Amino acid sequence: MTNPQSAISVQSVSKSFGRGDSAIKVLQDVAVEIGTREFFTLLGPSGCGKTTLLRLIAGFEELDSGSILIDGERVDHLPPFRRPVNTVFQNYALFPHLSVAQNVAFALEMQSLSRAEVIRRAGEALEMVRMAAFANRKPSELSGGQQQRVALARALAPRPKVLLLDEPLSALDLKLRKQMQIELKQLQAEAGITFVFVTHDQEEALTLSDRIAVMQGGRILQLDTPRAIYERPSHRFVADFIGDINLLEGKVDGGAIQLDCGASVAGNFGHAPGDRVTVAIRPERARLAKSGEGSFAAEVMHSAYLGTATLLQLRLADGREFLLRETRIGEGAAPPEKGSRVSVHLPDSALQVFAA
Amino acid sequence: MNLRRLPFTREISLGVLVYLYVPVMVLIFYSFNANRTATVWSEASLDWYRKILVNPSIRDATWNSLVLATAAGLGSTLLALAAALGTKNRFRGLAVVEAILNAPLILPEVVVAVATLMLFVAIGIDMGLTAMIPAHIAFCIPFAYLPIRARLEGMNPSLEEAAQDLYANRFVTFRRVTLPLMWPGIMAGFTLAFVTSLDDFLTSFFLSGPGSTTLPVYIFSAIRAGITPEINAISTIMLIVSVALVVTSFLLGKIRR
Repeated sequence: MTNPQSAISVQSVSKSFGRGDSAIKVLQDVAVEIGTREFFTLLGPSGCGKTTLLRLIAGFEELDSGSILIDGERVDHLPPFRRPVNTVFQNYALFPHLSVAQNVAFALEMQSLSRAEVIRRAGEALEMVRMAAFANRKPSELSGGQQQRVALARALAPRPKVLLLDEPLSALDLKLRKQMQIELKQLQAEAGITFVFVTHDQEEALTLSDRIAVMQGGRILQLDTPRAIYERPSHRFVADFIGDINLLEGKVDGGAIQLDCGASVAGNFGHAPGDRVTVAIRPERARLAKSGEGSFAAEVMHSAYLGTATLLQLRLADGREFLLRETRIGEGAAPPEKGSRVSVHLPDSALQVFAA
Repeated sequence: MNLRRLPFTREISLGVLVYLYVPVMVLIFYSFNANRTATVWSEASLDWYRKILVNPSIRDATWNSLVLATAAGLGSTLLALAAALGTKNRFRGLAVVEAILNAPLILPEVVVAVATLMLFVAIGIDMGLTAMIPAHIAFCIPFAYLPIRARLEGMNPSLEEAAQDLYANRFVTFRRVTLPLMWPGIMAGFTLAFVTSLDDFLTSFFLSGPGSTTLPVYIFSAIRAGITPEINAISTIMLIVSVALVVTSFLLGKIRR
């Protein structure tokens, strides 16, 4: 079932570390098709297998079973130096004994291009990341952000079909990270190649990606666009991992869900009566309402004014916390004060219900 | 707590320095003594240095020592490099392998020297450089291994992966990335092995044959005829050569880093 449009095709790949009883299954029957020129992100907490999957594609690990194809060609038996992919490492892995220019020229020299061609293309790659002025420096003389750019130039210089990025921004401070995110996105558009990006930062994943695979425990839980993953998470784990969300425990009771906090939600969302379920709702989708049908009471614990919205930290009848992001306060209406009681309305369309 | 505030830190340090270096200083001082009796000062002179330069036995012994130390340094560094690369990845029994590699550091040298002598006699190897070189290579291995191993351990494993990722095969990766990064460790290992071999007495004494006397063995036999300032002069030169080598290799390592 090879998809001709796929830049990378990962087919039922499994990988364990260790042997016998102590073996740890890092990837379990993972399958994913990554499209040409796609910005594809592997997202998950540490230990979910995302880096292992990237290393399998690069060729640094051998898979136990399954196959990996790049541009329709099987590569899982090839050593890393025969695969048409390049990697940007988490710690950049710049060669400390070589200058910036020599680092960037490394792969070009391996491709046995003429000397003039090597110099020209290394120069172009450095130009692309605006590091041409630093060509003769040693990596140790550069700042973290500059090293990051050189690592990008080095990996892009040989014009790989796919660029693999292993948490490349995690070592940068927040401001620089935001700036590099924009640059990464522009670079990808300019270079016109497929990016496979590994991160544990859900915000980064949402900002950059065309599609995201959310991983946990060696499996892909959900694979979709950032918007679909945020708005329609398929698992409770995905809902909880991406963005802020309120998770309310409850039980299906006939045609409604009886929440532990005392409120109830109409409809059973496809779950059988008696089932324990979790109802999930984003803070910005819950509403302050006049008390009455479909709403429940809560006490304001804390109110933070954020400029574009007011974030309310509420306490429900069962003592649990509930976050509510209210954007309609203003125009004269003061936000509810700490200690005051409010009514919360949960619109049906904003709810996700998972089996508990 | 500030270590400098401890009582007598300065006095004790000075005492240890004196204890360590006064004998060497005295030796160097008397090598410039004109008097025939090594321990009685008369006047400053370079006579003894002139004498050892024209003494054919000393010249031969120096040549033998340098050949032996170079061969032992190169041989043990190559083997130590192979051992360090072979033990790069952790495996079961690594601790045992390392213990075996470093055994010459703790085994009594006299026992190993006697054992080597008996082995070489049994299998009919002539005493002399042919016997000394393999024996020196063997006991120099840990001195070469430890700095190389330390350097390799401090190396970021992603660097070799990066090279392979950038289309360098295993051989090119080794030549263009691993070897240059390990070079300071290799230089340090070679220097230590060289100096260790240069000043070895026991093994050389047991295994030397006619015409293969090394400097330490020569000094030992000369001293039995009485301490002369000549010996002070030779010792001073050996000391300077050893220190100069170690310092040079240290500085080279710093520059490359």
